[in-house]
Amino acid sequence: MLSNHIAVIEITDLVKSYRRGSQSIPVLEHLFLKIEEGEFLALMGPSGSGKSTLLNLIAGLDQVDSGSIRVGGEEITGLSEIELATWRAGHVGFIFQFYNLIPVLTAFENVELPLMLTGLSKKARKAHVATALSLVSLQDRMDHYPRQLSGGQQQRVAIARAVVTDPTILVADEPTGDLDRHSAEDVLRLMDQLCSELGKTIVMVTHDPRAARKAHTLKYLEKGVLTDAPQIAVPECL
Amino acid sequence: MLLKLLFRNAFRHRLRTLLTIGGIAVAILAFGLLRTVISAWYAGVEASSASRLVTRNAISLIFPLPISYKEKIRSVEGVGVVSYGNWFGGVYIDEKNFFANFAIEPRTYFNLYSEYLLSDDETAAFFRERKACVAGQKLAKRFGWNVGDTITLRGTIFPGNWDFVLRGIYQGKDKTIDDNQFFFHWDYLNETLKKNLPRRADQVGFYMIGLKRPDQAAATSEAVDGLFKNSYAETLTETEKAFQLSFVSMSEAIITVIQLVSYVIIVIIMAVVANTMAMSVRERMGEYAVFKTLGFGRGYLAGLILGESFTLTSLGGLLGIGVTFPIASAFARAVGQFFPVFHVSTETILMDVAAAVIVGVVAAVIPIWRVVQVRIADGLGRIG
Ligand SMILES: Nc1ncnc2c1ncn2[C@@H]1O[C@H](COP(=O)(O)OP(=O)(O)OP(=O)(O)O)[C@@H](O)[C@H]1O
Ligand SMILES: [Mg+2]
Repeated sequence: MLSNHIAVIEITDLVKSYRRGSQSIPVLEHLFLKIEEGEFLALMGPSGSGKSTLLNLIAGLDQVDSGSIRVGGEEITGLSEIELATWRAGHVGFIFQFYNLIPVLTAFENVELPLMLTGLSKKARKAHVATALSLVSLQDRMDHYPRQLSGGQQQRVAIARAVVTDPTILVADEPTGDLDRHSAEDVLRLMDQLCSELGKTIVMVTHDPRAARKAHTLKYLEKGVLTDAPQIAVPECL
Repeated sequence: MLLKLLFRNAFRHRLRTLLTIGGIAVAILAFGLLRTVISAWYAGVEASSASRLVTRNAISLIFPLPISYKEKIRSVEGVGVVSYGNWFGGVYIDEKNFFANFAIEPRTYFNLYSEYLLSDDETAAFFRERKACVAGQKLAKRFGWNVGDTITLRGTIFPGNWDFVLRGIYQGKDKTIDDNQFFFHWDYLNETLKKNLPRRADQVGFYMIGLKRPDQAAATSEAVDGLFKNSYAETLTETEKAFQLSFVSMSEAIITVIQLVSYVIIVIIMAVVANTMAMSVRERMGEYAVFKTLGFGRGYLAGLILGESFTLTSLGGLLGIGVTFPIASAFARAVGQFFPVFHVSTETILMDVAAAVIVGVVAAVIPIWRVVQVRIADGLGRIG
């Protein structure tokens, strides 16, 4: 680890459990993690290990039980739900497994959506959307509706939507989980490019060893404990 | 763009949306018609003046009062103009052609009822001729009568065929005025009775009293009735409004039921629209979760859902109000004889609008609440 890098995400002594009826199920126990600016981190681990839970906490979608999460120097654990929403709009770009585009909006409008919460003029929004769509090489598809696009193309639109506000961090929960090998490679190449060329910090949860190999850093989560070295030989087998 | 989104959402399931809008339109139409029936029922009451009293036989409306009461009533403190008349109950050609026809004292009656508009020429012609009659505009139109026509009514209460010459067609001052009535000279009736049925002559069905000041209604009524206490024909004097209301109240139960049904219709359509909205929103829970993820607050989500709900109810409402007018006038033609005043009032339209708005809000409340409550992670889980 290069110690002169700035930690853009800093998690200290994080505890998170879910309540099911009267009993509480611990998911993350006393977890520590530092992610540096411009890092592309892949988070792996068995199903139910709490990867999505961790990602949601980093992205401000859920509340911690205790501990601290600082993103870009800002402590987000104390924020209310409404404050978190505002914070997300400015600081986090989301990429989901199932793209989650709004079906009644065109590619252009889907990418424009997060900009509706900024004070940008229509003209400025248009420019931003055009840039984001050209980044994912879909400027010629901006009038298409999601159903008129392939899965890979939809995910690329989703990536454009995630970066259009120029967020501090990008979070991706199994972004290639629903894609064929070829489209998955496109999407991964794009994410790599976002990281190496534009200096974006990316946290990606994945089951896909190929996806994990694209990342710069690999973390492994099991039974609420985070380790650097994977306990199963994932990357080597490819 | 959010507005565009709202419309596209509303028409995502075209068939469901069209059916819902159709349902709202039908409900608003039915509501509007029922409200119109109710106001038609009360039209006589609404149009009646607080400055007029009606004096009738205390036993029942069917029993007459002697004409000799006229001068006595006139002497009562607070009484202005006194007019009088009989319900004639004549039939024009066929029983089906029902309309109200009265024998009245023309000068005093038209003096009291300034809301019946008659030109000066027609008024003079009507007053001058013993066999003259006037009819309301709607009535004249219904039977194609023109001024100068001879109209024959077959008496039911007063036997025989009675010929009248139409000398005037009156108009109502506004739409709430009944222009479906027929008036002729009480003298003509009385003189004919004197010849043929002297026993029934010199009697009137009711007196109409114009008050000098409306606030004297109670005192004057009491004074008039006091005058004839213990005579062989005691009187009952009440305001015209109370008099009209006593007719309406006979059918109060029906009105109450109609009123109830009109509200039930709104409640039903509320349930239908709420169901449509709940279905749509449930299907799109994942999308709303995406909106929340991107940082859109409750206000936006509520706006989107409420807007969609309003889109449905306002389209349905407009359609319903739009068809209310032609259907109400068709209805008026069909049942005009029972409801002389049948028009869709501004008040009814306002109630339609209010109903549409209330339905729109109520239908959106539960979906909004659900969307606001759902945890983002759970909402996202619904996709895929
Ligand atoms: N809303 C919730 N309520 C209760 N328990 C939950 C909830 N969400 C997740 N859990 C539990 O928390 C644990 C971690 O879930 P999480 O979704 O983070 O796992 P994951 O590592 O992302 O799994 P996968 O690889 O299958 O996506 C699981 O045991 C899950 O059952
Ligand atoms: Mg997961």
